[in-house]
Amino acid sequence: MTRPARGPWLALPAVIYLAVLTQVPLVLTLYYSFRRWNLLRPETDAFIGLRGYADVLRDPMFWPVIRTTMVLTGSVVALTLVFGLALALLLNQEFRGRHLARTLLITPFLLMPTVSAVLWKNVLLDPTFGLATAALTAIGLGPVDPLTRYPLGSVIAIMTWEWTPFMMLILLAGLQSLPEEQLEAARIDGARPLTLLRFIVLPHLTRYIEIAVLLEVLFVLSLFGEIFVATSGGPGIASTNLTYQIYREAFERWNIGRASAVGVIAILLANLILLLFVRVLRRGRAEALA
Amino acid sequence: MRPRGLTRVAVAVAALAAVLAAFGPILWMGLTSFKSEADAFAIPPRVLFEPTLSGWHAALVESPFLARLGSTVMVTSFSTLAAFLLGIPAAYSLAFAPGKRADLVLLWCISTRMLPPVGVIIPLYVLFRRLALIDTTLGLVLIFTAMNLPLVIWMLRSFFLDLPLEVVEAARLEGATPLQELRHVVLPMSLPGLASTALLCFIFAWNEFFFSYNLTVSRAATLSVYLASFKTSEGLFWARMSAAATAAVLPIVVAGWVAQRQLVRGLTMGAVR
Repeated sequence: MTRPARGPWLALPAVIYLAVLTQVPLVLTLYYSFRRWNLLRPETDAFIGLRGYADVLRDPMFWPVIRTTMVLTGSVVALTLVFGLALALLLNQEFRGRHLARTLLITPFLLMPTVSAVLWKNVLLDPTFGLATAALTAIGLGPVDPLTRYPLGSVIAIMTWEWTPFMMLILLAGLQSLPEEQLEAARIDGARPLTLLRFIVLPHLTRYIEIAVLLEVLFVLSLFGEIFVATSGGPGIASTNLTYQIYREAFERWNIGRASAVGVIAILLANLILLLFVRVLRRGRAEALA
Repeated sequence: MRPRGLTRVAVAVAALAAVLAAFGPILWMGLTSFKSEADAFAIPPRVLFEPTLSGWHAALVESPFLARLGSTVMVTSFSTLAAFLLGIPAAYSLAFAPGKRADLVLLWCISTRMLPPVGVIIPLYVLFRRLALIDTTLGLVLIFTAMNLPLVIWMLRSFFLDLPLEVVEAARLEGATPLQELRHVVLPMSLPGLASTALLCFIFAWNEFFFSYNLTVSRAATLSVYLASFKTSEGLFWARMSAAATAAVLPIVVAGWVAQRQLVRGLTMGAVR
């Protein structure tokens, strides 16, 4: 299908706006990263080139933060994938109240991150009055203070609760795009439910899983509010991810140069994943046209 | 195929457990907002209690809640409006002018949307300080517009592509200019798509925290920033906190329920429908 071109200049204002608000700051971040610049000590401002990066790599905090970022992001994505797939398979069944169940199940994703974190921190995980800790105590596993004892685990739990609906929605859309005849034909041939799942459903879902995983990695890498509210990145740096570390460097120590260098590393990381996402997207479009 | 017998029971039990895990805490928060502070802290937790509005009164009236709500509504509405003003013509031109260049522009839009906020916050902070935009509604509107613009472009483009081509062509045969065509044909036929796109913009802007927290102090602070102030739990009032939290999320939860069919398309930039 060809559509005649219509006013290509109409896209110009949007493109210019986006370029000014996103690409200009990007270049400036790169520029700042070559400077030693602390807002509290403007007199020390100097161009230091790549030395800022060498300092970042030698910083004893840097590698533990990278490790925490990987553990956090990997765990959240893996857990939400398992729960999201289970829930999508469940919602793909017919049962009474299915629509209501779906509506309620997506709700955690709609809350603002600070509310989710405040809710978990106080109402669920408070060592004395929390609902979850009270339940653990009741079955003899308490008393516990999860946020102090397992800070990273608690943050993972909060984010998994928030992001499971995201996986669920995308995988459910994938399941619902699977032609019913294909399943019916396999059933007539005597395929059992697990065989169907393994050889028809999962292969069909691959593209949806790829999209959901890559997008979620990108989003989870940038999560900030949950950590800010629940643990403030602590104790120490036990629950500090890359995003939170940059925030600390920039807005607690006002170390603009150092924060920008770490920022550039975060951008490179995100672009790597973005590249994979674009490839999946392009392949999908090529398949749709074929 | 309808599952029967045992399977049906298993499905129902699993669904109930999942709903309890996902929605239970939120429901509990809602219930707690109607408790007295004494009931809110009762051990074991109380399911039956005498409801009171004192928590809601404390949360909404004796606090900065309404001021924060005001700036949230302003920032959310103006940024959505601005993203639409810039995004509608862009989506229209990208939908009706396919080709290599349009493809590149679209992919570039995604890349700006997926950019980590930490990669741009520092220069924006420095510039905002110089331009006196820190702690202003205008400052947040500028940022949220950029945040939602790629979403608007992708969503609206995918809705425009769904329109029947004949109608658009008929308008052209009658000599309509691009702007007339957009105004009298394309937009009126895409109203449901426009509405759900607006709801998604609302959700993202309303819930945003990172920029709001770092670029505001008090005057332009949003609800999401206000709610974060409940992080210090010592000597806290849970009924009041729950009421504030419930009030802050209620409009957006309703918007999300209404727009849930389009949520996937928006979240995946149109890659999944």
